[in-house]
Amino acid sequence: MMKNLLSIDDLDRSGIIEICDLAESFLTVTHRDIPKVPALRGKTVASVFYEESTRTRLSFETAAKRLSADVMTMNMSSSSVKKGESLRDTVQTIEAMGVDAMVIRHSGAGAPNRVATWVDLSIVNAGDGRHEHPTQALLDVYTARRHLGADLSGARIAIVGDIRRSRVARSTTKAFAQLGAKITLVAPPTMLPDSLVGWPVIASSDFDSVLPEVDLVYLLRIQHEREDSLAFPSLREYTERYGLTRERADRLRPEVLIMHPGPMNRGVEIAPEVAESDASVITEQVENGVAVRMAVLYHLLGSGAAVA
Amino acid sequence: MPKSIVIRGGQVIDSTGEKTADVLIESGQVVEVGTKLKGDRELDASGCVVAPGLVDMHVHLREPGMEEAETIETGSRAAALGGFTAVIAMPNTEPAQDDPVIIRSVLARAADALCSVHPAGAITKGRAGLELAPMGELYSLGVRVFTDDGACVASAGVMRSALQYAQSLPGAVLAQHAEDETLATGHMHEGEWSSRLGIPGRPAEAEEIIVARDCILAAQSGTPVHFLHLSTAGSVAIVRAAKARGIPVTAEAAPHHFTLTDASCASFDPLFKVNPPLRTADDIVAVKAGLADGTIDVIASDHAPHPTETKERTFEEAPPGMLGLETALALGITELVDTGVMTLAQLLAVMAWSPANLARIPDQGVVIEKGAPANLCVIDPNLSWVLDLTKLASRSRNTPLGGRALKGKNRHTIFRGEAVVIDGQAVR
Repeated sequence: MMKNLLSIDDLDRSGIIEICDLAESFLTVTHRDIPKVPALRGKTVASVFYEESTRTRLSFETAAKRLSADVMTMNMSSSSVKKGESLRDTVQTIEAMGVDAMVIRHSGAGAPNRVATWVDLSIVNAGDGRHEHPTQALLDVYTARRHLGADLSGARIAIVGDIRRSRVARSTTKAFAQLGAKITLVAPPTMLPDSLVGWPVIASSDFDSVLPEVDLVYLLRIQHEREDSLAFPSLREYTERYGLTRERADRLRPEVLIMHPGPMNRGVEIAPEVAESDASVITEQVENGVAVRMAVLYHLLGSGAAVA
Repeated sequence: MPKSIVIRGGQVIDSTGEKTADVLIESGQVVEVGTKLKGDRELDASGCVVAPGLVDMHVHLREPGMEEAETIETGSRAAALGGFTAVIAMPNTEPAQDDPVIIRSVLARAADALCSVHPAGAITKGRAGLELAPMGELYSLGVRVFTDDGACVASAGVMRSALQYAQSLPGAVLAQHAEDETLATGHMHEGEWSSRLGIPGRPAEAEEIIVARDCILAAQSGTPVHFLHLSTAGSVAIVRAAKARGIPVTAEAAPHHFTLTDASCASFDPLFKVNPPLRTADDIVAVKAGLADGTIDVIASDHAPHPTETKERTFEEAPPGMLGLETALALGITELVDTGVMTLAQLLAVMAWSPANLARIPDQGVVIEKGAPANLCVIDPNLSWVLDLTKLASRSRNTPLGGRALKGKNRHTIFRGEAVVIDGQAVR
């Protein structure tokens, strides 16, 4: 049985499909009058976020509660971390309180991998630096399969934005590739990975030529609050060359799917009208996120008893 | 009443060649090299090599200021166990070794150390890269190696000025930590692995740009420049070309840069974090070739102790550096001699007499003959052993080589005529 979800590499193709199938049954739970099952009653999930997050944290905590797990929330901005406690000491302290799983977000790549070497409980990576965000990738695959069909082989996907600095891109690319999709990374050269060795993709800096060919456009958030101003000259120029404007959206195939991990910069990487269009499944991604995270927690902690 | 020591039956190797002989030591000197010598005390050297003590041009002893990581006492013990009889102590102490008071203090604290400790002086005040440190005053105290190691002298203007100023200090060498800080902003080698792992990178060109720049400045000033821990194929090629043109540059390689690659960082374990970073397999090939053809003059460990808790962080948060004094010789034998890159005599050249010459330490690395200062090591080049972290003499434990099978180990160390390590044990 799988213990941790540190990277999307922890799951093979059948593992990804298994999580998606599990999420499908949990999605029906979330639509009930009382959206709760006793699957993880008696289990405790600690939510350990070293980095600010609204949606991922709420999504995980909601998922855990709908499985009847107890949720322990560590507020790292006001905890002993501020007093200089090492990562190892902090997580071993949490483990000593009798926790079954730790959902961890950290600004440093590999933080969950390190934590997994120091404690015995299950670790779920909720985003680590620029490394990975595996549950985002799973909810992306789940959402895409609901619209494009269970088999994504041959589906043409463009992932657009700051790939180099994106943990979402690192996980989502691998997850889509596991299911056989053909992926094109679209970004200015300063936002493409330094090396594409081992990436199951092709890369392009010409969004307009990629546009008419794809079944799914996946837009990444442009982090204009970041200090790295050398990646591109201005937001205006980024939008002109890589934004999914209304004009570009008109050139997409009619049945195209538009996704975004959120939070969006409306008017930068995506025009407001495009975000609201029928092709956009951005809100559905959020909803599916709860079901997928229920599936992940159940997969790691569940006894294997019937879900429904 | 001084006692004499005879080192019995070893293969004596120095810069003049090799022969099987006993070495008799008395009053801090070699008094005879020959056969059937007699002394008050015998050290067995059968199956071993007797050589000038190793000299490590690049160690961080952390005293003053970071004694929880290492002290001159613990670091010099680690050095003696590793076969070293002299080390150059890098100036990134707290405060930095940029002032005569600090240099005197380090020399005083090192008076009873288990090896000879030579503090390097900073090139700039506080190693901040802005104003020249009092290089002349430090020179008067015996300092010959100047460096801001840990930091690069980033400004070409400051480096040029330092090199010109040092023209008035005969024998001074300026050692550069070659990494352009506007490029080396990340935490591991930039390339395939950094792109996969999402760890911000330090590209090869960050090192190569400074190496190329300082070759040009060395040519212009005539002052020798020594490149610390050369790690990329491009740097090796630049230094090779500069030497061919007669430019006064020298270079060193650290054992980890010819042993480990950036793929190790996939564990996210900061024990693999060093500056400059672990590079690719192709870079290892180039560094080995540079050592074999003399482009790289010396091996230096870049022994960089850090307390355990500072490495129990994420890769990006942990400080760079790994231990080296107690593994450098074994990595040289395992990775270079055993693989046919160089002979044992060539390895001893780059670990003993070449660094002694380069660092201008006259009583180290000298030919083993009557009247020579008795700074010697006796190494067993064939001993297979496994690194046990709990047995390290260093105060720190930050090496990724724990549990690794190694070949070749120092057995005895003679420092100023005293047997400070006997059969792999420090006497004090």
